[in-house]
Amino acid sequence: MRDPSLFDYACRLGDDSLILGQRLSEWCGHAPMLEVDLSFANVGLDLIGQATHFLKLAGGAEGAGRDEDKLAFHRDVLDFKNCLLVEQPNGDFAQTMARQFLFSNYQELLFRQLCSSANLTIVAIAAKAVKEVAYHVRLANEWMVRLGDGTAESHARTVEGLDWMWRFADELFEVDSTVESLIASGVACDVRKLRSEWDARITKVLRDATLDVPKARRVTKGGRVGHHSEHLGHLLTEMQFLQRAYPDSQW
Amino acid sequence: MSKNWPLWEVFVRVKNGLSHRHAGSVHAADAKMALEAARDTYTRRMEGVSLWVVPSASIIASDPGDASELFEPAVDKVYRHPTFYSIPENVKNI
Amino acid sequence: MYTTELKDKHAKTAAAISAPEDSARLEAFEARVAADDFIEPKDWMPEAYRKTLVRQISQHAHSEIVGMLPEGNWITRAPSLRRKAVLLAKVQDEGGHGLYLYAAAETLGTSREEMIDALHSGRAKYSTIFNYPTLTWADIGAIGWLVDGAAIMNQVPLQRTSYGPYARAMVRVCKEESFHQRQGYEITMVLAGGTPAQKRMAQDALNRWWWPSIMMFGPPDENSPNTAQSIRWRIKRETNDELRQKFIDVTVPQAEAIGLTIPDADLKWNEARGSYDYGAIDWEEFYAVVRGEGPVAKERMQARVKAWDEGAWVREAATAHAAKHETREAAE
Repeated sequence: MRDPSLFDYACRLGDDSLILGQRLSEWCGHAPMLEVDLSFANVGLDLIGQATHFLKLAGGAEGAGRDEDKLAFHRDVLDFKNCLLVEQPNGDFAQTMARQFLFSNYQELLFRQLCSSANLTIVAIAAKAVKEVAYHVRLANEWMVRLGDGTAESHARTVEGLDWMWRFADELFEVDSTVESLIASGVACDVRKLRSEWDARITKVLRDATLDVPKARRVTKGGRVGHHSEHLGHLLTEMQFLQRAYPDSQW
Repeated sequence: MSKNWPLWEVFVRVKNGLSHRHAGSVHAADAKMALEAARDTYTRRMEGVSLWVVPSASIIASDPGDASELFEPAVDKVYRHPTFYSIPENVKNI
Repeated sequence: MYTTELKDKHAKTAAAISAPEDSARLEAFEARVAADDFIEPKDWMPEAYRKTLVRQISQHAHSEIVGMLPEGNWITRAPSLRRKAVLLAKVQDEGGHGLYLYAAAETLGTSREEMIDALHSGRAKYSTIFNYPTLTWADIGAIGWLVDGAAIMNQVPLQRTSYGPYARAMVRVCKEESFHQRQGYEITMVLAGGTPAQKRMAQDALNRWWWPSIMMFGPPDENSPNTAQSIRWRIKRETNDELRQKFIDVTVPQAEAIGLTIPDADLKWNEARGSYDYGAIDWEEFYAVVRGEGPVAKERMQARVKAWDEGAWVREAATAHAAKHETREAAE
């Protein structure tokens, strides 16, 4: 049965994981230490796995015969529904970690709620993902503290990185009309309710990291309705090239 | 102070009931990182329920040169082995 | 194989074992090795054995790390979610293998930092194969099928190499390696059975990767002076030519099964030998690549040096933080 709202929602969840997984895989072979390379790949693999499941669910909800690969490789920017945070460039290690820190803490709270979703597929995905993301949170939190309370250079870079990413935090906690109906039916999580716990977690870690919570500013958003930053287009160009250049091919 | 991350030895218990076995080593700046590195390196295929990480510098090892002193005397004490004793076949459970 | 017995200017030959080394200990050592016993980190060993092992193991480790780059090149462009995940997992495994091997080498008295310094300064080598570029997605298939295939051929016997930590690392590596080759062959098989454009891609990749892959086994036996000693010390279990022949015999039918042609006009089954005769290898190319003149040798080194240099502030931050913590805890 076609369910356009569920399609939209599952795309948001899947695209968040896919785009962030793609960003992390750019680090492969280039991390500051071999052990860190393995961590990034671990997180990336978890995210790509989540994306695959969510996009499969989305394809089913759309009912137009598109599977997870068709959705991943044949939508253009206007139809991608990831938040702006995950498509931000890696920058240096501090910028990457700042992105991971803000996002994974949000994702853990989100998945905990989705474990009681009215949609059983979402429950199944969330139940597995919540364990994976608990580890992502640990990694990111610990690195924020090491970098914030490390050397003067690492502190400065982390301030910069956090400042870059903070612009996109508010979007994570926005609800629009598409999601309202799903919240009412118990399928989706009301992310507004996650904000205060997220704030508390972030504040605590930043304090341990000797970092200030960046000051509030005007929300930058649009990802959920396909209005992305300039970065997504380039990312998709790279990601989708083979499937676009060789249509109707099996890989 | 060295800029390099110290070496840690990793021990993995694969399943409850088994003991921890030495799996290899990782470099990490602190204990938390060592545990995470050990997990990401040595239990990627779910080969573990428990991990120990120990700074390599903390391990005291016996000297192979002392092997004869430390270990050979045990070879002599055959009475510690069950096969030293003969029990008639009709006696069970012993 | 990963060192392909690359001569380095500072290597000593077997004859140069210095006189002060206890000849009784050497005899005992040789007897243990001959009896298939394992040598462990604190055991006495001839200096030449230790040096050869440090070089071989560390170069094997460097190969795994540099090897992440040609394949890492295609993770962001993998043509399906499944291919992306599998490739990322494979490259992560390779990083892991490098880690196991660096760990094994460190038991011989070297450090990660020293080994990385040797790699970045050009003193240490890594397998020649990774100095070739990955132009198309089909290259990823060819690498898994041929390069990992060749590696497996070398690594399986090394599971019983004489040095304990190296043998144990090899056991881990071998367990993980089999999916690597299957992944590559599957990619190639799908392409070979696909559209004309895909089939062309697959054949083109085989054309470019075949000869470098068989060069991976190193120079011909007559040009490998250290082979006899390495075999006696169980650092090597079979000769370069023996492994190379095995690999060719196993791989040719795999190519035929998917309709691809090995780019060797002289390749011919020899009934009497029960093996394939094959064409002349261009050893000029091999030695040039060993000298550092491979097509993308500069790119590989630049990437590794950049990652290390740009990561310095991260490593320093972690160390500084750990030190602060220790001081704080001590004060409590």
